[in-house]
Amino acid sequence: MSRLGPLFDTLRAENRRAVIPYLVAGDPDEALTVPLMHSLVEAGADIIEVGVPFSDPMSEGPTIQKGHERALEGGTSLLSTLALVKQFRETNIETPLVLMGYANPLERKGYAAVADACAEAGIDGLITVDLPPEEVAAMNAELQRQNIDNIFLISPTTSDDRVATITAQASGFIYYVALKGVTGAGHLDTDAVEAHLATIRQHTSLPVAVGFGIKDADTAATVAGCADAVVVGSALVDLVANDLSSGGSHTSAISGAHSLISSIRNGVNLATSN
Amino acid sequence: MTIDINPDLYAQVPDEHGRFGIYGGKFVAETLMSALAELESLYNDLKDDPVFLREFDLDLAHYVGRPSPLYEAERWSDMIGGGRIYLKREDLNHTGAHKVNNTIGQALLAKYMGKKRVIAETGAGQHGVASATVAARLGLECHVFMGEEDVRRQALNVYRMKLLGAEVIPVTSGSKTLKDAMNEALRDWVTNVDNTFYIIGTVAGPHPYPMLVRDFQSVIGREARAQSLAMTGKLPDALVACVGGGSNAIGLFHPFLSDNEVAMYGVEAGGKGVETGEHAAPLSAGIPGVLHGNRTYLMQDENGQIMHTHSVSAGLDYPGVGPEHAWLKDIGRVNYVDATDTEALAAFHRVTRVEGIMPALETAHALAYAEKLAAEMTPDQHIIVNLSGRGDKDILTVAEIDGIDLGTR
Repeated sequence: MSRLGPLFDTLRAENRRAVIPYLVAGDPDEALTVPLMHSLVEAGADIIEVGVPFSDPMSEGPTIQKGHERALEGGTSLLSTLALVKQFRETNIETPLVLMGYANPLERKGYAAVADACAEAGIDGLITVDLPPEEVAAMNAELQRQNIDNIFLISPTTSDDRVATITAQASGFIYYVALKGVTGAGHLDTDAVEAHLATIRQHTSLPVAVGFGIKDADTAATVAGCADAVVVGSALVDLVANDLSSGGSHTSAISGAHSLISSIRNGVNLATSN
Repeated sequence: MTIDINPDLYAQVPDEHGRFGIYGGKFVAETLMSALAELESLYNDLKDDPVFLREFDLDLAHYVGRPSPLYEAERWSDMIGGGRIYLKREDLNHTGAHKVNNTIGQALLAKYMGKKRVIAETGAGQHGVASATVAARLGLECHVFMGEEDVRRQALNVYRMKLLGAEVIPVTSGSKTLKDAMNEALRDWVTNVDNTFYIIGTVAGPHPYPMLVRDFQSVIGREARAQSLAMTGKLPDALVACVGGGSNAIGLFHPFLSDNEVAMYGVEAGGKGVETGEHAAPLSAGIPGVLHGNRTYLMQDENGQIMHTHSVSAGLDYPGVGPEHAWLKDIGRVNYVDATDTEALAAFHRVTRVEGIMPALETAHALAYAEKLAAEMTPDQHIIVNLSGRGDKDILTVAEIDGIDLGTR
């Protein structure tokens, strides 16, 4: 059973917003991933989005592309990502985990087998960038069989009619892509985000997470003013990569990630405290 | 081989979802879905519109120089001593390859949509040049994404694009070839979707691209069919074309698909030999999956990661293939075979010396297979080979392989 619905019910009751950090599984090696995930939870993450490395990550900007490349060099795959998730679940059974990735690794293993493996590992939701509503039905049927949420993306170019169609099939939460572009792009227009979220909320009572373009406590706080959750991806991937490439250890990278997510947590809390 | 397939089948694909059987579709990020819907709706309105078709035909006649000739390669056929080989001379088109048929069509669509900026991916550079050419003619801003490795091996085409006013962006991610150029073009499109038209160069990508590129390229097969009847009094016994993404092949094959008596051969890049794993032959050795917006045969590992490909020709160096080819393979209408780097280079030299026609290295793969096929046929039979492009762009590559220093590096 997905942990996402109950989590958002609790957060809503407490008027809190979720912080969702994103990392690429196995970036730059698998030994870092699980300790990093635990540290993110300790720093205030409510949900973790786990990127599944793919050779052709078409929606990622340079920062996350490099994360995928590093993880692939270390041999991380969909199955080893799920093994890391299982390891995380040995000591954390509460925090919802969402896999984010691309269709081909799922196609290769078969949708039914993927849904079974995700359920067994303790995954709560799946975001597949290149499975839009027109193509996701078969995967979604398998996920529903295992009570895993398929997280639908809505973007600034999604028409009103499409928003209605998408929200009708959605569960867990809606992921609103805040800008036209790839991950890590820098032109977030928070007024436009607010307007689009208002439109989405006319069609659904599901929580709405906002991602793409959130870099720090300030942007996170602004977005948390209208969203139920904020996703922080490139800023975190970048920070960890920079720390390690300038000679840092796993410990220092984890501590840097902890500070970033703590500060975002505080920013988000401040935005909703008044 | 006898083909027994309902001739009405081919008009039914793609279906309304952009599917060719289980292949094709629209596997892209949500941000692009509205742009694809807009393109699909515009194209459905225009594809049978006499004004649009007339504009397209006039451009093909007066700017591209169509119809391209069908030429009997007499000396080469005599040397082989079997079936007669006819070459469909797409190398004589403006810009030197079949690619321009499609860029003329897509540039018209961009014009109808009011887009002022076009982007393209390119491997060998032929599609990049053809895109830069139509952009120059229509006064559009043009950005061409090209893998860094291809920028190196196709330096002449890079300079041609720059002369035409296009910006060439070297792509340094992944394998630095065509697939990575396509990733980068998709990333650009998602960012600039409001003002940008993406001119995809082959019959791949999300629906409606495989359909509209096929339709624009089908002029090749329509002409060849009429020319064959006029010159020989009958349809060809076989068609041969090289297949990377597969646009020149589908262009030649499509108007003949319902003619069950015409055998068809799509020739993939066998690289160092399909058995070595170093090739670009997904139809011969790949498995179905999803990449670049469509489901098709892909070269991928057991984890679904796309594999690096190898071919002497940049234009065939792609791990996927158009979804209609995947379907035509499965239903058994087209035979997909391969030619190795070595075979292609030998055919390049042979046709250059015997016919005075220097083919592109991509095309040389089709010629290499045609030679084998013709040898098994009789002189009353004939083959049409799509001579998809001219080989000037490959001179440096061929010289390098032959160990000749032209003093250019």
